[in-house]
Amino acid sequence: MALGVTLSWLILIILIPLSGLVWRSSVLGWSTFWALATDERTVNALRISFGTAFAAALVNVVFGVILAWVLVRYRFPGKRIVDAMVDLPFALPTAVAGIALTTLYAPNGWIGSLLAPLGIKVAFTPLGIVIALVFVGLPFVVRTVQPIMEEIDKEVEEAAATLGANRFQTISRVLLPGLTPAVLTGFALAFARGVGEYGSVIFIAGNLPYVSEIAPLLIVIRLEEFNYPAATAIAAVMLVISFVMLFVINMIQAWSRRRYGYGT
Amino acid sequence: MAHEIPDPVGHHGTSEMVRSATSESRLARYVLIGIALCFVGLFVVVPLASVFTEAMRNGPGEFLTVLADPETFSAIRLTLIVAVIAVPLNVVFGVSAAWAIAKFEFKGKAFLTTLIDLPFSVSPVISGLVFILLFGSHSLLGPWLQSHGIQILFAVPGIVLATVFVTFPFVARELIPLMQEQGTSDEEAALSLGASGWQTFWYVTLPNIKWGLLYGVLLCNARAMGEFGAVSVVSGHIRGLTNTMPLQVEILYNEYNFVAAFAVATLLALLALVTLVLKSLLEMKFSEQIAASRRH
Amino acid sequence: MEVRVQNIRKEFGRFPALNDVSLDIRSGELIALLGPSGSGKTTLLRLVAGLETPTDGTIYFGDEDASRKTVQQRNIGFVFQHYALFRHMTVLDNVSFGLKIRPAGRRPSTADIRRRAMELIDLVQLSGLEKRYPAQLSGGQRQRVALARAMAVEPNVLLLDEPFGALDAQVRKELRRWLREIHDRTGHTTIFVTHDQEEALELADRVVVMSKGQIEQVGTPDEIYDAPISPFVFGFIGQSNILPVRVENGQLWIEDRSIGISAPGEDDGDAQLYFRPHDIELLDGSGGCIAGLVTASRRVAGTRHVELDIVASQGKVEIELPPEKTATDRSRIAFRPTRWKLFRN
Repeated sequence: MALGVTLSWLILIILIPLSGLVWRSSVLGWSTFWALATDERTVNALRISFGTAFAAALVNVVFGVILAWVLVRYRFPGKRIVDAMVDLPFALPTAVAGIALTTLYAPNGWIGSLLAPLGIKVAFTPLGIVIALVFVGLPFVVRTVQPIMEEIDKEVEEAAATLGANRFQTISRVLLPGLTPAVLTGFALAFARGVGEYGSVIFIAGNLPYVSEIAPLLIVIRLEEFNYPAATAIAAVMLVISFVMLFVINMIQAWSRRRYGYGT
Repeated sequence: MAHEIPDPVGHHGTSEMVRSATSESRLARYVLIGIALCFVGLFVVVPLASVFTEAMRNGPGEFLTVLADPETFSAIRLTLIVAVIAVPLNVVFGVSAAWAIAKFEFKGKAFLTTLIDLPFSVSPVISGLVFILLFGSHSLLGPWLQSHGIQILFAVPGIVLATVFVTFPFVARELIPLMQEQGTSDEEAALSLGASGWQTFWYVTLPNIKWGLLYGVLLCNARAMGEFGAVSVVSGHIRGLTNTMPLQVEILYNEYNFVAAFAVATLLALLALVTLVLKSLLEMKFSEQIAASRRH
Repeated sequence: MEVRVQNIRKEFGRFPALNDVSLDIRSGELIALLGPSGSGKTTLLRLVAGLETPTDGTIYFGDEDASRKTVQQRNIGFVFQHYALFRHMTVLDNVSFGLKIRPAGRRPSTADIRRRAMELIDLVQLSGLEKRYPAQLSGGQRQRVALARAMAVEPNVLLLDEPFGALDAQVRKELRRWLREIHDRTGHTTIFVTHDQEEALELADRVVVMSKGQIEQVGTPDEIYDAPISPFVFGFIGQSNILPVRVENGQLWIEDRSIGISAPGEDDGDAQLYFRPHDIELLDGSGGCIAGLVTASRRVAGTRHVELDIVASQGKVEIELPPEKTATDRSRIAFRPTRWKLFRN
């Protein structure tokens, strides 16, 4: 019975709507679909979405690993609060994050006014998109790397030291490479989330076509124009890429389990 | 035997003449902590703080006046209604899905697990779009729905559907690893003692998973109340009727009514903070009952 | 290289783990640190390695004071209880690691590193597995990778922490013999920690028995077994019986009976008599012996283990008899220890 409930619910809520999307893009015909998907504005929007998501995921890898390390290894006042705050981007509605970041980074905002004299414009540029996506993706790397870091056996570090490795060598050649699968998974999750992100980005992006217009926004715009075929085509392209990402994440984990004896 | 002697100082002990082999220099430690704190401060704490200060920009009086606005009030009401419908639906589904996946062997299990995860990796805008394509006036179902006077899009049912879609995985994701870990021996014992399927679930399975379930509900609820993209696509933005709180935030903000926008945003931010506190408490007290799916 | 431990004291917080320990280890020696949990044996090993810093005292490698050197500078080889292999590296990379990370001036060429690592992999009989990852090896194989990795840096001293602790009994025995062979072939000064007395006695040139943060006795396996110098060592190594006795004019008495053992030169007074179950002779008479009633009798392989209630006192002992000797319940057996030791309280 449980299986029945599960299956019918899945079919009703996930499978039928998604197949609707697939069906609607397939009736477009290949040439129409291709024309819509390679429309210049669409291509630019996709490029911006993927480019900024990639940059933000990279930033999150660097700082996420440092943050996870600090949370796992060191004791300092307020650590518990910092640990809890890492999850804020999960819990805070994206629209709230969007308007808060925009207000902060606008030329007259707290941070924007500090950057303006340096000639750095964040809000209403692709850089603003990256900032928003860093916020949104922050928990992914930390939360995938943290549990694996906690499991590192102290003996492994001591072993490296007895073999003559200094602390830097131990970290860079023993500890971090051992975390590679977790870091890659965290990166892929943050990247996938960033590509599809909408609420936190649209406020700060400025939404200039060809410059700072993200793909999800373009879908919304096409919908508002009742241009369903175009919206469907963009969505289909994004969906395919999401599936590929999902597949890649699963591959990383399978590879990691096979080789290192642990999944992430 | 490596740890046969308890080491109360921890391996970052003080006053050591030769630095321990497994810790960084004090300077490196401070630098790393500094970087981490700056990062969290800049990207999390400051934006959060700005929500509250912006809302209070013109004093608490105006903050309260704005909140008392009837449109805001109806947005709060709609958000609560949507959560009250969507969360229980996903609890029922989540528990049965986790039960099916954890306690039975069947073909296509891996595919099923992937499907459950799917809404996590789909853009919220696409989550909304699929319902437009399904129920919109151009769709197969559209004309039929219209002739029978059933309104799904740009109305509460559409918003609920989109929310259910988006929050679909939370409960199931939380429970699957937990139930898999616990295995089936407890249930088999209960069944062997003559308990019925429902009794087994009610008296054996449920008590074992209750904290994990609560954790999943918490995350599911936070997302249900805060969802923006998917709901935005299907709601039609009809003021006072189909605007949830996040949508109300957007509308107010786009009208340059910043104080009002941030006032509604504070309510959502408070919801997020309460969620985080409860989540941390659950993690502290019942860490073993809360599965490793913290990353979602 | 010889290793001298001089007046070492180590406290963790206020917990004293080692108290004034001194020990000389000869070059090329295979030495065992033997003791129960909490005796400080692992702490001593980690101090020699430089993984812990002594609260007080000095450790010399040869004539050089090593105690102010970091673990990296000491050039030791350490084999951890759970091997601590680098799981993202192949066997070959694990073994080469210590050489690869040397600063350019002291680092052998890539070809030399590889040759040396392959030699060691061959020495530990893992040829053909050099491309495997640790997760793809058995426990015994991982153990051997750990040893090869530790030996690759040509260590001054090889330190092994419970090297066979995580292996099952059969593999343990094989590896024990094999470790002895490797040691004899390579001649590294080797210290290993164990709580298994059989392992220590079978493998080591000398055994250091430790208890409660102190060294109880240092000696060859024979000395340790045949001439334990403290009640702890007697009790910890092998089986032992303890009986309260009285010394009077160089004779041992239990209550009002002489047990036929003379201890010339011993002061009069109460003492504890220690002897091993197999170091006894059976007697027929009723005087000049220890007599007991059989309470249990078990045949274990080639010997019969008999438990006795000693008639004269409340004591219980276990003795070993030839299997053909029958011991029915409540029957009387008289014996006398042939090899024994007296300890005063």
